[in-house]
Amino acid sequence: MIDAATAAAQWRVATVTAIRAETASVKTISFDVPGWPGHLGGQHVDLRLTAEDGYVAQRSYSIASGAGTSPQIELTIDAVPDGEVSGFLHEELRVGDQIEIRGPIGGYFAWSAEYDYGLLLIAGGSGIVPLMSMLRSRDAAGATQPARLLYSSRGIDQIIYRAELDRLAAQTTQFTLTHTLTRNAPSGWTGERGRIGRVMLTRRQFTPVGNPDVYVCGPTAFVETIAEHLVAMGHRASNVRTERFGPTGAIRT
Amino acid sequence: MLVTRGFKGRRREGDADRLRLPPGQFLTPEFPVLTTGPTQHTRLDRWSLALQHGGSLLGKWSWEQFEALPQTEITCDIHCVTKWSKFDTRWRGVTIDNLLRAAGLAVAPTGFLMAHCDGGYTTNLLVADLIEARAMIATHFEDLPLLPSHGGPARLLVPHLYFWKSAKWVRRLAFREENTPGFWESHGYHLRGDPWREQRYEGDR
Repeated sequence: MIDAATAAAQWRVATVTAIRAETASVKTISFDVPGWPGHLGGQHVDLRLTAEDGYVAQRSYSIASGAGTSPQIELTIDAVPDGEVSGFLHEELRVGDQIEIRGPIGGYFAWSAEYDYGLLLIAGGSGIVPLMSMLRSRDAAGATQPARLLYSSRGIDQIIYRAELDRLAAQTTQFTLTHTLTRNAPSGWTGERGRIGRVMLTRRQFTPVGNPDVYVCGPTAFVETIAEHLVAMGHRASNVRTERFGPTGAIRT
Repeated sequence: MLVTRGFKGRRREGDADRLRLPPGQFLTPEFPVLTTGPTQHTRLDRWSLALQHGGSLLGKWSWEQFEALPQTEITCDIHCVTKWSKFDTRWRGVTIDNLLRAAGLAVAPTGFLMAHCDGGYTTNLLVADLIEARAMIATHFEDLPLLPSHGGPARLLVPHLYFWKSAKWVRRLAFREENTPGFWESHGYHLRGDPWREQRYEGDR
């Protein structure tokens, strides 16, 4: 009997089964990972790439697919400028290639059906990925508590998972979706415009009423600013869970 | 070893740098911020640092008292479990040795310790990883007061372990009889976290 921690720490050989473009700079890669121990929404994996001369690079990426024990998992990866690993994954990786993966990692920035409380999700750019995993997990689990997502993108073409998010929002009144566009909004756009601030958070009911669980993921400055607003609005700091990635991509280069 | 087809690697550090990088790490000139929740803002007139063992207080310092303790500067490399490393970071603060001395302790009362922080974060440490100039309570980074986002006014600095052990906003060091897991150590991360042994996660040796 292998315990969960040992299973998660073990490197496994994953095979790429599909690659699809989400936006011009974002791709979702599907992997078959035999022996995958299963994960919660919001957890991540480590990838290990090895060059012929033995040079090794490792990076962490959030899991995009919903919770479960299926050996098929998906990662959604943003091509960061000059990214050594994300550049390789975008430009070189092909269906059928093999890559080493271990995980799942991180039990804190994660959603479990056992904790079906009101949920507030705030994403900036590719910070949507772990939150999408949570939303997919909620949907599959038939979660009953209300969830809201406020998702900030530069323009409409940079929105990741746009169609799927619309579908999730249309199928249940328990999930409320709001987009905000910070650079260019097309004419007729009915969503929010501009950066997320306290006024927008209040208008979209990201208030502490009912003590919801709050998850914020995005670039460092984005998360830093929003977390401060949330605390100032009365959210308990211990209810606000954050995941930040910096310009060097501490979490996903 | 599985060779990844087509992967050559671009971020090649020089040989000298490679030797300074623990396995699986890459070098960055930046200083990323990784925190589980909102940044804590603690006013200096409300700040104190306490040293405890069980129910008894071994020492407690206000900000002014703490700043009057012997100051040490160290330059070290730091390694985050999320894979980035940063070389030659320069810190100033009070070593744990000097803190014990200031509390009148010739030796630590136990072999283990839990660091408690504003915001509720905790991390467990071996006393052996903290003494003999291996760790400090840092208040300055590169000659400037430590920013709140980087753990100011004071954070632990234990540079030879993964950086989650260098707890931000530290307020209390509590000696323990046993090595019980702190926050990340309860969420799948390694109990000790030695980057040179690549002890990232609970299941790593």
